[in-house]
Amino acid sequence: MLTCKQFLEELADYLDGELAEEVRRELDGHLAECPNCWVIVDTTKKTLQIYKGMEARPLPPELHARLMKALQRKMTQPPER
Amino acid sequence: MKSPEAVPAPVSEALDEAAIVARARAGDPQAFAELVERYERQIYRLARHITHNDEDAEDVLQETFLKAYENLPGFQGQSKFYTWLVRIAVNEALMKLRKRRSSKVVSLDETFDTGEETVAREIAVWEDHPEEQYSREELRRILEEAIDSLPPLYRTVFVLRDVDELSTEETAGVLGISIPAVKSRLLRARLQLRDKLTRYFKRKQEDLFAYL
Ligand SMILES: [Zn+2]
Repeated sequence: MLTCKQFLEELADYLDGELAEEVRRELDGHLAECPNCWVIVDTTKKTLQIYKGMEARPLPPELHARLMKALQRKMTQPPER
Repeated sequence: MKSPEAVPAPVSEALDEAAIVARARAGDPQAFAELVERYERQIYRLARHITHNDEDAEDVLQETFLKAYENLPGFQGQSKFYTWLVRIAVNEALMKLRKRRSSKVVSLDETFDTGEETVAREIAVWEDHPEEQYSREELRRILEEAIDSLPPLYRTVFVLRDVDELSTEETAGVLGISIPAVKSRLLRARLQLRDKLTRYFKRKQEDLFAYL
C-alpha cells in the first residue's frame, strides 16, 4: 500500500497523465481510500485550471512606448557587419 | 481592419504566426512589431517573476526584443517563436540577477532548492469554482502574490509549464536544467501554490478536513 508521501511524489505526473498504466492504477487505489490525498488532487487540479486561464496584465502604456522607441532606434540603425 | 469578433482558431493562429515571423525575417518592421505586441505581456511577466524587480524586468523586456530582432535571421523555426523568445528572456533575466547579487553565484539550478519537503499542510475542500468569488483584479493579485512567494526556480518553472504551457522538455531546455529537475520543482511549486491558495478558495463552512 502506498503512503501519502509516495502518492504526492507522483502527483505532478499523475495530473499530467504521464504515468504508466500500472502506477496510475496504484495511485487511483490510494485515492479511493484516502480523503486527504483526494482533496489535494482536487485542489491542485483547480489551482492549475485557474492559473491556465490567467492572462498576463497589459503593459503600462509608457512601458510599451519605451519598448517600441528602443526598437525603432534599433531598426533604423544600419545593421552591423 | 479585422473586426474584434474575428478570433482566429488555434491552428490558423499558428500558421498566421509562421507567416508573421517570415515577414519579420524578411525585414518587415510592421511584422516584428506585431510579434512584440503579441508576446510583450508574457515576456514582461516572466521577467518580473524571475528578477522580482520592475526596473530589471523592463530592461529584460527591452533586451529580449532587441536581441530577438538582431538574431531573427538565426531563428530556424524548429521551436515555437515564443519558446525561442523565452530562452533569450531567461538568459537576460539571469544576467540581471547575477549583477544584483554579484557576491553570490546565481543560476537557476540546485542552489535555489530550498530542500523543502513535499508536505501538504492545508487540507480543506475548495469551492467548485473558487475563482468566481473574486473580481478579476483581486484574483490576479492573489494568484501573482502566491507565485511571487515561491523560491525563484519554482516560480520560473511553474510560470513556464503551467501558465505559459511550455512542455517539460521545452522548459528544461530553456532553463538549462534536466527534465527530472523540472519535474521535481514543478511538483513542489504546484503543492506550495495549492497550499497558499487554500485560505482564499476553501469552502467556507466545511472544516471537516481542516487538519490532517
Ligand atoms: Zn493519501
